[in-house]
Amino acid sequence: MTIRQLFPWIAGAALILLPFVYRQPYHLHILILILIWSFAYTSWSMMGRFGLVSLGHGGFMGVGAYVTALLWNHLGISPWIGIPIAMLAAALLAVVVAYPCFRFRITGHYFVLVTLALSGIVLQVITATRDYTGGSLGYTPDRTKGSQLWALQFDDKVTWYLIALGVWAMGIAIWKWVDRSMDRYALEAISEDEDAAAAAGVNVTWEKLKITLISALMTALAGALYCQYQMFISPDTVSGISVSLQMVFAVIVGGLYVSLGPTIGAIITILLAEILRIGFGTKAVGWDNLVYGVLLVMFIIFLPKGILGSILDRLKIVRKA
Amino acid sequence: MTDIFDIYLLEAVVNGILLGGVLALLALGLNLIFGVIDVTWICYAELVMIGMYGMYYLVQVFGLPYYVAAPFTILLVAGLGALLHLLVIAPLLSAPPINQLLATGGVLFVLQSFATVAFGIDFRNLGIRMPVLKLFDMHFSYSRLLAFVAALIGMTLVYFFMKKTYIGTAIRAISQDRQIMALMGVDTRRIYLITSALGGALAGLASCLLVLQYDIHPFVGLSFGPITFLIVVLGGLGNFVGGFVAAFVFAQIISLGGLFSDLEWGYVLAFAFFIVMMFIRPAGLLARRS
Repeated sequence: MTIRQLFPWIAGAALILLPFVYRQPYHLHILILILIWSFAYTSWSMMGRFGLVSLGHGGFMGVGAYVTALLWNHLGISPWIGIPIAMLAAALLAVVVAYPCFRFRITGHYFVLVTLALSGIVLQVITATRDYTGGSLGYTPDRTKGSQLWALQFDDKVTWYLIALGVWAMGIAIWKWVDRSMDRYALEAISEDEDAAAAAGVNVTWEKLKITLISALMTALAGALYCQYQMFISPDTVSGISVSLQMVFAVIVGGLYVSLGPTIGAIITILLAEILRIGFGTKAVGWDNLVYGVLLVMFIIFLPKGILGSILDRLKIVRKA
Repeated sequence: MTDIFDIYLLEAVVNGILLGGVLALLALGLNLIFGVIDVTWICYAELVMIGMYGMYYLVQVFGLPYYVAAPFTILLVAGLGALLHLLVIAPLLSAPPINQLLATGGVLFVLQSFATVAFGIDFRNLGIRMPVLKLFDMHFSYSRLLAFVAALIGMTLVYFFMKKTYIGTAIRAISQDRQIMALMGVDTRRIYLITSALGGALAGLASCLLVLQYDIHPFVGLSFGPITFLIVVLGGLGNFVGGFVAAFVFAQIISLGGLFSDLEWGYVLAFAFFIVMMFIRPAGLLARRS
């Protein structure tokens, strides 16, 4: 058992040391993207694992990215203050939409459709306010000269790698924390049967709202980080229905009910996109999503627990036998 | 000055009613499929998009007249609907409903990117200029009038199909009780397939009408997809009359909102209205209070 307990620490140390040993910029760039998106996917799975399927997370991510960038460009507010404001804005949006949903028991299909509309609307707002946000052409935060801590802009990939790693680890920690809490049991009961859970004394609305808030705050942070790292955001890359579906796809491919599932999903999807991009060049436009879509359908039909989830299930059966 | 303003207002109201017809048609298709099969096609607006490309190729490339191309397009999208059911929904019928919904989300990806790969991201249009009707200083395009009338005719046909034919009766019966109808000797699988094709046909009809008003591009589904989902939720999923009423309410909001500001803000207003309505009538616009 000691090796099992030690393993996360060894893996963590190896991940921290990695950029000091190996610093090929392109590979580091891919790793940073994987870490940031893993964090976003993990935040989606916080809700998704309890049957709260949201397609509105593209909206939260968009709010996180755009509010941070707009505050920096127009008001000169440092991302250190801008990111918390953006996260609060996303949380506020989550409450405005989710509270009536939960209070009036809009669940299942209804909830998915409402959140789907939410991410569509955020996209519309970003496009409509094109005088400020650049519309569908995208938006770039003003650059500072060189690396600036207060502007959260760094030229070297190693710093970004460590930031992304830290945030990703925090996401996994939050996942574990929820997993060990009482709320997990309450939420699992709710996802099985809301009426029974309410009868057993679970405050259904409040429990759902709590996990939604955590999820929305994390997603907004992911959006803001993505914006600060890439220094370019467009409505299509950080908001809208396709980003929401991309989250669902990655999480389902990796495994919805295990902590590292979303991370595995991010590794697979980003590597897939990169391989297609290198293989097809500019002709790849559209092809990656085509493959995504086909795989998503196939996974839901044949492997609904995802790759990591299915592997862990097999291991459990082997161990029990 | 006030006179001119009133004319504009009236024009927006009438245009809203005309828009409502097409939205009601879209909502009817989604409601039909949800009511019978208990599945929501997230990719519904993308089926419409494929239909619009179908119209574009039949009219612009093969040179067919509009009224000849339209039946072909309706058949094409009906076939797509049946195919979607056979390939994606049928294997998942016993899975949790959310899985079916997400699988159609995957289909949304497939259709969008298929259109990107196959047709490119250029904006296209039919190149048909419909004349503009002038009435008391107000301007209405014939394309909208045609869309409104055709949508109403389509919905009436569906109504009579559901009320007067054996299959229609079976569809309505299944939407009331899924288990019993199989015992009554109704082939559920066949009814599901027919319903999917019918839902597809409605999307096909909508695409023939929308192609007159919108430029065609792979992401055009996003400009009316979300609003259709809001309409069916507000009307109550599976509630045909509710969807019909909600479609006209939303169309008014979008049209009037567009009068005072950009069209996008009309959508935002519609969404805000939707949130407020959820507090007032959570179970749908026409739901009876329990």
